[in-house]
Amino acid sequence: MTALLEVDDLHVRIPTPAGELHAVRGISLSVRRGETLCIVGESGCGKSLTSLAIMGLLPREARRSAARLAFDGVDLAGGSRRAIAGLRGNRMAMIFQDPMTSLNPAFTIGDQLVETMLAHRKVGRAAAVDRAVHLLERVGIAAAAARLGQYPHQLSGGLRQRVMIAMALMCGPDLIIADEPTTALDVTIQAQILRLLRDLQAELGIAILLITHDLGVVARVADRIGVMYAGEMVEEGAVGAVFERPSHPYTRALLGCIPIPGRTPRRSPLGAIPGIVPSLVGTIQGCAFAGRCTHAHEACAGTIPVRTLGAGHRSRCTLAPDTFEAAARTASLGAIGR
Amino acid sequence: MSGEPPVLEARGVSHAFSVGGGLFRPAKALKAVDGIDLTLRKGEILGLVGESGCGKTTFARILLGLQQPSAGEILVNGVPVGSLSVAERARRIQPVFQDPYSSLNPQKAIGAIIGQPLRVHRLADRAGTRRAVAEMMDLVGLPARLAEARPSQLSGGQRQRVAIARALIMRPPIVICDEPTSALDVSVQSQILNLLLSLQSELGLTYLLISHNMAVVEHVANRVAVMYLGRIVEEAETSRLFAAPGHPYTRALMASVLTPEPGRGIPDMHLGGGFPDPTERPAGCGFHPRCEMRLPRCASVVPPFHQVDGDRVACHLHDPISTD
Ligand SMILES: Nc1ncnc2c1ncn2[C@@H]1O[C@H](COP(=O)(O)OP(=O)(O)OP(=O)(O)O)[C@@H](O)[C@H]1O
Ligand SMILES: Nc1ncnc2c1ncn2[C@@H]1O[C@H](COP(=O)(O)OP(=O)(O)OP(=O)(O)O)[C@@H](O)[C@H]1O
Ligand SMILES: [Mg+2]
Ligand SMILES: [Mg+2]
Repeated sequence: MTALLEVDDLHVRIPTPAGELHAVRGISLSVRRGETLCIVGESGCGKSLTSLAIMGLLPREARRSAARLAFDGVDLAGGSRRAIAGLRGNRMAMIFQDPMTSLNPAFTIGDQLVETMLAHRKVGRAAAVDRAVHLLERVGIAAAAARLGQYPHQLSGGLRQRVMIAMALMCGPDLIIADEPTTALDVTIQAQILRLLRDLQAELGIAILLITHDLGVVARVADRIGVMYAGEMVEEGAVGAVFERPSHPYTRALLGCIPIPGRTPRRSPLGAIPGIVPSLVGTIQGCAFAGRCTHAHEACAGTIPVRTLGAGHRSRCTLAPDTFEAAARTASLGAIGR
Repeated sequence: MSGEPPVLEARGVSHAFSVGGGLFRPAKALKAVDGIDLTLRKGEILGLVGESGCGKTTFARILLGLQQPSAGEILVNGVPVGSLSVAERARRIQPVFQDPYSSLNPQKAIGAIIGQPLRVHRLADRAGTRRAVAEMMDLVGLPARLAEARPSQLSGGQRQRVAIARALIMRPPIVICDEPTSALDVSVQSQILNLLLSLQSELGLTYLLISHNMAVVEHVANRVAVMYLGRIVEEAETSRLFAAPGHPYTRALMASVLTPEPGRGIPDMHLGGGFPDPTERPAGCGFHPRCEMRLPRCASVVPPFHQVDGDRVACHLHDPISTD
C-alpha cells in the first residue's frame, strides 16, 4: 500500500540579507494511514518549515521544491490550487506551533470552529455547533458551550492549544500535521489529548505527523521517528529501534540530555550539546553536525553515506554502527560512575 | 516571623474575570485565582505547576503588577507592588512570558529587543548595550547572526530564547518565568536551565518557574507549589513532593509524566470527564468530582491546609481523625 503522505527530496529556500537560507535540505518522508511519524530535532533545524511546506502555507518569501509531494495520490506541488485548498483544513489538517497564527483574535472561538466546518462540509450551522461542543469536551474543556462565545485572548495558553486541536479535528481529517501540539498542556491533559488522538487514529485510520521536542511523547506515541539536524534527516527508524540503538551522534547526544528523575543528580548541570548549529545560508560541506561531534574525523568533510542499520532504520553518518556499540558501552559506564 | 521580609509575597490574592455577558445572557464571574497565599524566599527557585487553565499565568501577571487583583495584595521586599514606579518594578522583577510570539515586537530587530531594557532604563551606553546583548545571546545559545533578524524570521525556540535573554539582561533580582523552555529541544533546554541555575548561585537571583515539565521542575526547583482550579492545593520541598506527593491531584500529575520508554503506552489516571469549570466552582474541594479517593465531606467542606515541616497540603485525606 502506498503511503497517504509522500515527500521526496523537499527543499525550502528563503532569501535573506545575508544570502539564501537553505532551511530544508532534501527531506524525504512518508506516513501511512493509521501511522504516527514523529519528527524531533534541534530548535531552528527546519521542522516547522517542513510542515508548512507540505501544507502549502510557507511565508510568501520562501521557495519550495520537491521531487514528489503527494497526499493520497494528489500532487501537492503541481496540482490545481483549488483542489489543494479543498484538502487543507479538511482532509489534511494542521495544528500550528503558534496558536495565534491560526486563531483570529477578532472572532470568537465558536465562530472559528464552526466556519472551518461550514467551509468544507455541507452541514447546517447547528450541526457544526454541536460538533464543536463535542470536540471541546473531548479535549477536556468544561462548559464548552459557554466557551464558544469567548475570544482567543480570554483563554489560557493551554486552552488555546486545545481549541486548535479541536479545530483540526472538525472535518474528520485523514492526515493531521501537529507542530508541538501539547507544549502548553499539563501532563494529565497531555495524556488525555494523546489518548484521544490514538483512539481516533485507531477508529478512523488517521495518519499523524507529529513534531515535538518531548522525547517522552515520542516514545509513547510514535511508530516511527525521524531526527532532523540543520535541515536534513539524519536518522530515522522504528521508535523502539532508534531509542534502543540510536546511531547518529546527534540522536545519541539528544537522548543523553533528558534529565531522568532518580538518575540525574538534582540541580547538577545537565548534559547539553556544546557548540551551535552551522549557518543554513549557502552549502554545508560534509556533515553539518561534524563541528559538534565527538566522533568527527576526516571523512566527515566529504560526502556522507546513508547507512542502513536494520529494517527501515537509517543513519546519515560516516561511522560504522559498531563504533557506537563500543562507544555506548563506555558512555553508559561513565553515566553510572557519575 | 523575623528578619528580612520575603522578596515576593502574595497575600490572599484572588482574581475574577467577567465572561459571557451577551445580549440575552448575564455575565458570569470566572474565578481564575482564588485566595492564594504564596511566598518567594531570596535566592530560591519556586516551581509552580498545575492544570492547564488553573490560573498560573493570571497569578503571574498579578505578581508582576500587570493585573490588578480583585482581592489581596502583592508585596515586593515588604512593599506593595502598586506603590513602585514602573521603572522600579522593572528593575526588581522581570517576566519571561508564556507566549513568545505575541510578546516580541515584530518590527524590531532581535538585538534591539534584547537590549531594550538597558536602553529604556539608561543602564548602559550604546557600546555597553551591544556588548551585553552579544554576551546574552551567546549565553542562551542564539547565534550572533540573528541580531539583525526580525521575530518572524525565527523558529519557535529561537523566539523563546529572545524572551529569556531580554528578561535576564538586567540581572533582575526576581524573574517570573512562565513556561520558559516549552518550545526548546532538550539540548537547548539544558543550556537554559544550566544558565538559570548558575545565575541563581552566582547572583542569588530568585525565580518563580511555571512549567508543565515535571522533570524540569524536579531538577531545578527548591520548592514546588501545585495549583488546581485557582488555588494552591499543595506546597512542599521538591524532593519530598516527588517522593511522597500528598494531594491526589499531585499524584495524578506525577503518574501522567511520559518517560522516554517506548512501548509503555499512555497512562490513564481515570480522572474522568469532570473537567474543572472556573465559572462553577464545586463546593468543598475543587478536585473532588474527579478524585477516586474522595470522602463524603470533600463535597461540602473546603479542606484546610495541613502543615508538616513547612510543607502544606489541602486534602481531607490528611485530616487528623477520620470521622466520616
Ligand atoms: N520567514 C523567515 N525568514 C528567514 N528565516 C526564517 C524564516 N522562517 C524561519 N526561518 C529560519 O529557518 C530555520 C528553520 O526554522 P523552523 O521554524 O522550521 O525551525 P524549527 O525546526 O521548527 O525550530 P523550533 O523547534 O525552534 O520551532 C530557522 O533557523 C529560522 O531562523
Ligand atoms: N482576559 C481574560 N478574560 C476572561 N477570562 C480569562 C482572561 N484571561 C484568562 N482567563 C481565564 O482564566 C482562567 C485561567 O487562565 P490562565 O491563563 O491564568 O491559566 P494557566 O494556568 O496559565 O493555564 P495554561 O497552563 O493553559 O497556560 C482560564 O479559564 C482562562 O480562560
Ligand atoms: Mg518550529
Ligand atoms: Mg498560562
